[in-house]
Amino acid sequence: MIGTDQDWRRPSPRLLTARRLEVGVVTALAAVACGLVGGLSSALAGGVAAAAALVAGGLAEVFVRRRVRAWSYAERDEDLLVRRGVLFSRLSVVPYGRMQFIDVTAGPVERSFGLATVRLHTAAASSDARIPGLVRAEADRLRDRLAELGEAQAQGL
Amino acid sequence: MSGPVDWRRLHPLSPVVRAGRATIGLVVVLAPSALVGRTSSSSLPELGFVGVLAALGFVSWLVTRWRIDGDDLQIETGLIRRQSLRFPLSQVQAIDIVRPGLARVVRVAELRLRMAGTTGGTARLAYLPEREAEPLRAQLLALAHGTAEQRDAHDDEREVVLASVAPVRLAVSILLSDIGFFSVGILVGLGLAAVFAPRVAAAILGGGAVPIVGSATLLWRRFNQEYRLTLAEASDGLRVRSGLIALTSETIRPGRVQAVRMVEPFIWRRFGWCRLEVDVAGRQRRKGEGEAQRRPLRAVLPVGSRELAFGLLRRLVPDVPAAELRPPPRVRWKSPLRYRFLAWGRSDRCVVTRTGRIRRVTVWVPLAKAQSLRRVQGPLQRRLGLASVHLDTAGRNVHATLRDRDVAEADRALGDLVGLCRAARRGPP
Repeated sequence: MIGTDQDWRRPSPRLLTARRLEVGVVTALAAVACGLVGGLSSALAGGVAAAAALVAGGLAEVFVRRRVRAWSYAERDEDLLVRRGVLFSRLSVVPYGRMQFIDVTAGPVERSFGLATVRLHTAAASSDARIPGLVRAEADRLRDRLAELGEAQAQGL
Repeated sequence: MSGPVDWRRLHPLSPVVRAGRATIGLVVVLAPSALVGRTSSSSLPELGFVGVLAALGFVSWLVTRWRIDGDDLQIETGLIRRQSLRFPLSQVQAIDIVRPGLARVVRVAELRLRMAGTTGGTARLAYLPEREAEPLRAQLLALAHGTAEQRDAHDDEREVVLASVAPVRLAVSILLSDIGFFSVGILVGLGLAAVFAPRVAAAILGGGAVPIVGSATLLWRRFNQEYRLTLAEASDGLRVRSGLIALTSETIRPGRVQAVRMVEPFIWRRFGWCRLEVDVAGRQRRKGEGEAQRRPLRAVLPVGSRELAFGLLRRLVPDVPAAELRPPPRVRWKSPLRYRFLAWGRSDRCVVTRTGRIRRVTVWVPLAKAQSLRRVQGPLQRRLGLASVHLDTAGRNVHATLRDRDVAEADRALGDLVGLCRAARRGPP
C-alpha cells in the first residue's frame, strides 16, 4: 500500500482540544435549551431531554476524537499524501507540480489555540487536500516548503 | 514577437447583436406603429426609450477596445467602471468562433478564447467582422503555439475531414437517445390521451408542462448545436464546426484534451452507435453563469459507429487501453445496477473507466492530465473489502473513477498510477 513506509505527521493535539471545546459548548447550550423546553411540560420531560442532549454530545465527542485521529499527512519527494475520514476514509495524492496555490486560513477558534488550516488547490475542483489544526509555525513551514517544491516542479496543464 | 499593436474596436453593430433577442422583440413591438407611420404623442415615449438604448449601446461600443500586446490579448471596456483585461495567449485551451442567428444576418462573428484554470474566464471578442475572425483566430493560435511568424492562408485551409453527421441521422439519434426516447414517449402518450380523454390530457399538461417543455428545449438545443457537425484535422488542431441557427467553429489544440467520454444510451447500443465528447480545461460550473458557459461538453461526434469513434479516440488520447478489468462479483451487493458494465483498464499513458446501466459511459483520461489521485472507501465498501480510486482532472465535469475494486487491487492501482502519472508528466507530450 502506498505510503506505508512514510513517517506520517499528525495535526497538533491542540486541535482535539479545540474540537472538544466546540462540541462541549454546543452540547451544554443544547442541553440547557432542551431542558428548558422540556421543563415547560414537566420536570421529568426536561430532565430526559437534557440527558438526551448530553448523550448526543458524548457521541459527537467520540466521533470528533476519531476524526481528528484519522487525519494525517506525509511529504514525499514528489507528492503530498493526506489521509482523513472515519466513515469515508480518503487518501489523497497531490503531486507538487500540480499545485496552483496554497491557502493558510485560521478561524476564530483555531486562532485562539494558535492553529491554522493549510489547503492545497490544483486545477481540478474535486482535489481535496486540506490539513487542519497545524501549529502556526508548522503551517508556515509547510506552506513555504510546498510553494518552493511546487515552483521547482511546476507543470503546465 | 510583434510589439504593441494599435488599439482596435469591435464591429459597430456589436451592441445590437449582443442585445440579440431583445432587439428582435423590440423590432416586433415597434414595427407596427412604424409601419402605420403615425407620429402621434403616444409613440413619443417609445421613441425616447429606443433612443436611450441606442445611446447606451453606442457608448458601450465606444469605450471597448482590444489589441494584441506581445503574448497577451488585452481588452479594455467600461465607461464608469473601467476594466482592463489581459489574457496570456500561452494559456489558451481552445478558440471558438460563434455566430448567433442575428450575427449571421449582419455578417459578424464572436471570437471566444477559453483559458485554463478554475479562476480563468473566457475572453470574448464580440463582435468582429466575419472575414476578420478566421485570420485573427489563426494568428492567435499561432501566437499561443509560440510561433510568431504568420503562416500563409493556404496552409490553414489544408484540413482533412474526419467525420461529419447527416442531419437526418442526428435527428433520429437524438429521438432515440435516453432523454429523447422518454420525451417522445410522453408526447405520444399525451397525444393518445388528447384523442381519447381530453380532460385527462389537459390535467397532465397542466401538471407536467414545465418538465415537458424543458426536455423539448434540451432536445432542440442539442439538435440546433450539433446540426451538420463536421470534424476536421488541421495543422493547428481538431476543428469542430456545427450549428443550425447559431454557427460555432471550435479548434481543439492537440495535447489540451483533459478527458474523452463515450456515451451509449440503451437503444443506441442495439445499433452500435455512440457519442464522443471531449473535455478541455476551463472554469468549473458555477451558479449564475450564462448559458454559453454552462453548456454541456463538446461533442466531437454526436452520433457514429463505434469503429469511427475509436478511430477518433486514437487521435485524441495516447495509447488507448481497453476497459477489461472487471470488479469482483460481490460488488453486486453494493452497485446492483452499475455492476453490469463496471470495468477499468490502463496503459502506460492512459486510464479508461466504464460505468452506467441505462446509458453506458466510458471515460478516457490521459495520465499526463491527472491533477491528483484519491482513494476513497465508504462504510459499505469497507464491509465488502472494496475501495474506489478517483483521478481528478482540470476538465469541467468528467472524472475517471475506478469504482468498487478489491482493496488490494485499489491500493496497487493507486501506487502504480501515481508512478505512471509522474512518468507521463515528465515524458514527451
